[in-house]
Amino acid sequence: MAALTREETEALIQEVLEIYPEQAKKDRAKHLAVNDQSLEKSNKCITSNRKSLPGVMTIRGCAYAGSKGVVWGPIKDMIHISHGPVGCGQYSRAGRRNYYVGTTGVNTFGTMNFTSDFQEKDIVFGGDKKLAKIMNEIEGLFPLHKGISIQSECPIGLIGDDIEAVAKKANKELGKPIVPVRCEGFRGVSQSLGHHIANDAIRDWVLENRDGDDSFPTTPYDVAVIGDYNIGGDAWASRTLLEEMGLRVVAQWSGDGTIAEIEKTPKVKLNLIHCYRSMNYIARHMEEKYKIPWLEYNFFGPTKIAESLRRIAAQFDDTIKAGAERVIARYEAEYQAVIDKYKPRLQGKRVMLYIGGLRPRHVIGAYEDLGMEVVGTGYEFGHNDDYDRTIKEMGNATLLYDDVTGYEFEEFVKKVQPDLIGSGIKEKYIFQKMGVPFRQMHSWDYSGPYHGYDGFAIFARDMDMTINNPCWKQVKAPWKTEASSDAVKVAA
Amino acid sequence: MPSVMLKKNSEGKLIFYIPKKDLEEVAESVQFDTTEKWGGEVVLADGSRYYFDPITPPDFPITLRAKRVDSGE
Repeated sequence: MAALTREETEALIQEVLEIYPEQAKKDRAKHLAVNDQSLEKSNKCITSNRKSLPGVMTIRGCAYAGSKGVVWGPIKDMIHISHGPVGCGQYSRAGRRNYYVGTTGVNTFGTMNFTSDFQEKDIVFGGDKKLAKIMNEIEGLFPLHKGISIQSECPIGLIGDDIEAVAKKANKELGKPIVPVRCEGFRGVSQSLGHHIANDAIRDWVLENRDGDDSFPTTPYDVAVIGDYNIGGDAWASRTLLEEMGLRVVAQWSGDGTIAEIEKTPKVKLNLIHCYRSMNYIARHMEEKYKIPWLEYNFFGPTKIAESLRRIAAQFDDTIKAGAERVIARYEAEYQAVIDKYKPRLQGKRVMLYIGGLRPRHVIGAYEDLGMEVVGTGYEFGHNDDYDRTIKEMGNATLLYDDVTGYEFEEFVKKVQPDLIGSGIKEKYIFQKMGVPFRQMHSWDYSGPYHGYDGFAIFARDMDMTINNPCWKQVKAPWKTEASSDAVKVAA
Repeated sequence: MPSVMLKKNSEGKLIFYIPKKDLEEVAESVQFDTTEKWGGEVVLADGSRYYFDPITPPDFPITLRAKRVDSGE
């Protein structure tokens, strides 16, 4: 199917909106747009970061998901207590595949679930005592932990527990950082506020722990990788590139990260931001307080990697600049082979994305490197500044959809007929049953890493094996295909 | 009275950022921008205008309170 023109895309949006009641239609219309590259600011065409409408199927998470699941969870040597009823922690446990090195249960705790398991009496009488008790138990059972974070679930805010006081007391007793995080799920419209709250908690309770302590030897090439959660090993694939070009990665925020790394981050020379949405807050804070500049980069696909490596190198002296060129040259044969192999198989395929964080714009370059085209993209919980950055990446007259509803997404797919959809697990089976190839792009469909040159090879392979999988031809029942119905007619 | 985070970009231009609104914009002009005095009315690239009480030139980046004069709409 040929690409839609601007008018056709606009008509499509109108058609999809038609089914809503008037009020909902008015509201949803603001979240759907046709991309116009000439615009500088996204607020002229799309509204984002607003409350989802009741009654529609949204795919968003909550503030607790943003804090415990995204920002804090991957910090491997801390214990993150899901403070409240047991479900929030258990059903989100280890689902995001933030890989780490360590012995789980001894010095790292990433895939474990710690919860205060609230019961009725805790709601009635308050859970502060229980929380204090849990922390003592943790200290006894897991003495090698380096700190505790208290991730509030909804009831904590509702019953008004004073977790800050408990944290301060435990901090004195245990001598380790104890961080209360007020990330109750009802705060904000999506997980995005959870990211912000988590960033603020790091700012208030962790970041200044080593202010005035210069015992950490620094170099002029110290950087921190911020907003890389090491999904399927992403941060490792990124880190090797940075180290190869001569930089020293002091901290990984927060995939495979430790609290010591976070405390040392104010000593670095440059913060490198991969996921802008979830960690720009702390980067801006460090810029103001410690005068550390920050830079967004993109390690998806060789074009963007080379661009990013050069942009990072431009912040340093000539040895790093030479290092960046050396890295790009070193991997050229490798990634060119990947492109040569997969581009003929994927050329011209059209992709629709609906993901969160940085991916709706960052992976576009990787698809384009494989000769594919992204015809629609949208953020679950993006803000205006995300769309500002997306407009230029996307082609003209392509679809933009913010906080898309299940219904809208299905209708768009039926009309646009993409060759591949990249979205989350809740969308996966619907579209697969519709016969559309699908990749779960939140945790790389249990594959990965996708960052860096190593990741690009895996990315290309995964896209190929999904799109060109013979199973898609079998989805339609044989008697429903045109050829067979013709045969029936002939037989009759 | 939004809190505004101000920083200089690589070209030395002032970048204006309001976290609550996700507004990130280049400042086109600043009323007072001398070695003694900084502040006054700031006009952004999108046409909106904000007012800062004049102060001695701060050390950017910095967060300051601004008054909204005109949204430029």
